[in-house]
Amino acid sequence: MYHKEKSIQIKNSASALYNNLSVLRIAPRRLTYFTVVHANVVNMVSASWDGLNYSHRQLQSKEPNVATSTSLIMQAAFCVLPSRELLVITSQKGIQMYESDGSIMVYWHALDTPETPSAQAVFARGISAVWENYICVGVSSGSILVFDVPSKGSNITLSEVLEEHKESITDIASECSGSQQCIADLVSADDGGNLCVWKSGEEFQLLNKIPGFDMSCSSVKLWKGTVVAGYGTGQIRLYEAVTGILHAEVNAHARWIYSLDIAPFSGLLLSAAEDSLVRVWHLTVSQETNSVEVAHLHNECVTDTQICGARFCDGDGYAFAVTGYDLSEIIRYTQT
Amino acid sequence: MSSRTLPLLFINLGGEMLYILDQRLRAQNIPADKAKKVMNDIITTMFNKKFLEELFKPQELYSKKALRTVFDRLAHASIMRLNQASMDKLYDLMTMAFKYQVLLCLRPKDILLVSFNHMDAIKDFVKDTPSILSLVDETYRQLIEMYTSLSHGEFQLIRQTLLIFFQDMHIRVSIFLKDKVQNSNGRFVLPTSGPVPHGTQVPGLIRMFSCTGEEVTRLQFNNGGNYTAGLREGSFEMFGDRVTKLGTNMYSVSRPVETHMSGTSKSSAQHTKVNTAPNPLAKEELNLLAKLMGGLEVQKTGNADSGFRVNLFATDEEEEEALITRPDELSYGVINIQATKDHQANAELAKIMGEFTESGHQSPSASSKGDDLLAMMDGL
Repeated sequence: MYHKEKSIQIKNSASALYNNLSVLRIAPRRLTYFTVVHANVVNMVSASWDGLNYSHRQLQSKEPNVATSTSLIMQAAFCVLPSRELLVITSQKGIQMYESDGSIMVYWHALDTPETPSAQAVFARGISAVWENYICVGVSSGSILVFDVPSKGSNITLSEVLEEHKESITDIASECSGSQQCIADLVSADDGGNLCVWKSGEEFQLLNKIPGFDMSCSSVKLWKGTVVAGYGTGQIRLYEAVTGILHAEVNAHARWIYSLDIAPFSGLLLSAAEDSLVRVWHLTVSQETNSVEVAHLHNECVTDTQICGARFCDGDGYAFAVTGYDLSEIIRYTQT
Repeated sequence: MSSRTLPLLFINLGGEMLYILDQRLRAQNIPADKAKKVMNDIITTMFNKKFLEELFKPQELYSKKALRTVFDRLAHASIMRLNQASMDKLYDLMTMAFKYQVLLCLRPKDILLVSFNHMDAIKDFVKDTPSILSLVDETYRQLIEMYTSLSHGEFQLIRQTLLIFFQDMHIRVSIFLKDKVQNSNGRFVLPTSGPVPHGTQVPGLIRMFSCTGEEVTRLQFNNGGNYTAGLREGSFEMFGDRVTKLGTNMYSVSRPVETHMSGTSKSSAQHTKVNTAPNPLAKEELNLLAKLMGGLEVQKTGNADSGFRVNLFATDEEEEEALITRPDELSYGVINIQATKDHQANAELAKIMGEFTESGHQSPSASSKGDDLLAMMDGL
């Protein structure tokens, strides 16, 4: 179904972090951007579609006006809003937002870090663009920061702090950016496997809470009103977002899941784990009959590698890319 | 990231160090009483109350350089001496072994079981000496208190922190190559077979449910591996079957610590990038390190007759050769405590570090002391 393409070499190896790959497709310029986190650096590669041009850039985690940093980065993700695209980087010290090509930092938000380290780690993790003008970022305390992003410029403000989770946020996902058709447009997951479903707005509304069973949910996606969650046990569960009804349960992987992605136009689901496997599934969600079907389509084994990031490169799932711990390349696969 | 990583890193690396030293002491036919003294002295120093107090405080992980300094010190806590090449080799073996254990753990919480395996072995080394035994028992209690209540997600954060520490280390270890758990490019073999972790199901089943919760369909898929059901959970108490073999002593009479450094030079696929930029936070780390080391009491070396040297290589020539040919990118750039000659400098260093502990908070004079200490370390 898929075959391996030429890998993209990156300057550093990928660190073992959840969802450690972000992809932004820039159709007008026939380019795709990839970001991979290595300790306190984000490696950014811009790859032309003809495979001839690659350019690299590295972004460091740092507060503005500070020469160096020892702050480790937890995640880097592209946020696509109707008016603009930003690259958001979360670390132990705070949240940085850049223009999508990584050229200019437009916003910095510092986390409250205690003077002396406490037993509870402090960091930001979990990034998602929501609806027309919000970017949500999770924090280790369980809070979710909602930033209001204007259509251009750097006048980004903290609009709200959602306090519902009691454990560290692991991942946040949304759907229906810019459209009015969704009842629920945001889902957040935490270390205890708890999921919160929200409706965005001037004041975000909590629609539902789906309890975890003390098993961390490391990656979550929202599609056609269905929450798709990947857990440390290697299971993937599909819930109806608003009601919490369990539609399907898949014993998908033999180790901790690190990344999930959905190609929204085709319903393809990508899952990747520490067990070296990337799996492709097909989801059929029928909102009228309220049924969800999952079918397994394909496996790819990245030998001797614990995978930490996997993303489709386009909305149809025609191609996907993978990163692994200690690996200095982005491996790509395309449909045959 | 996780501020609870250092105790696990230290105890596991220390455990591996003891396995290797124990084996080398036997291989070099060091008299039993001297060998025992070395093991006892090192273990006593490792589990020193003041030292452990500092270790267990919430803190970020030290740099590789700083941690290597702690282990240099620990290795010289007794009458045994190691030349730099041997110390480098020892540290290579220790770190690659623990990296292997962290990667191969079926689930993050198993790192605690690996730690208990090391602790169990250490306990066995000192079972005849009640005073040291009680130090070890106290450490068990501290580990249990700090770690058994952590969630799986928190353990994964600890594991991720450790993996960042071990990032890009691909030193080839002969015993791993022989056992085929490491490839010739230095990467560990991650099998897609064997038991799944405790709490995980063998992959292959898709279940779909109706809105009322009844199972409607069951589908099987090919998991691409050869997995078997999970084993029972290991014991997280002071005694018990840990179930996992990771963290147990892999060296024995028939499987000695290999002394041949298998070609780790330019042919390895990845090399660790040595960061030569001056680190303005070095002073802060130095303060923390000094506090930690303040707890590591320097043993009196006693008379020169009782001291002896342990070689991690087959011959002195090989050891010398290893020192000269060690690739730059694998240099730990560490404080070279040449214990064989700089006993004077050693004492001075220890004194300064001791003073650091006493001075407590940062005072204007402390920062200049920090400069002196840095300069001294660079000059050593």
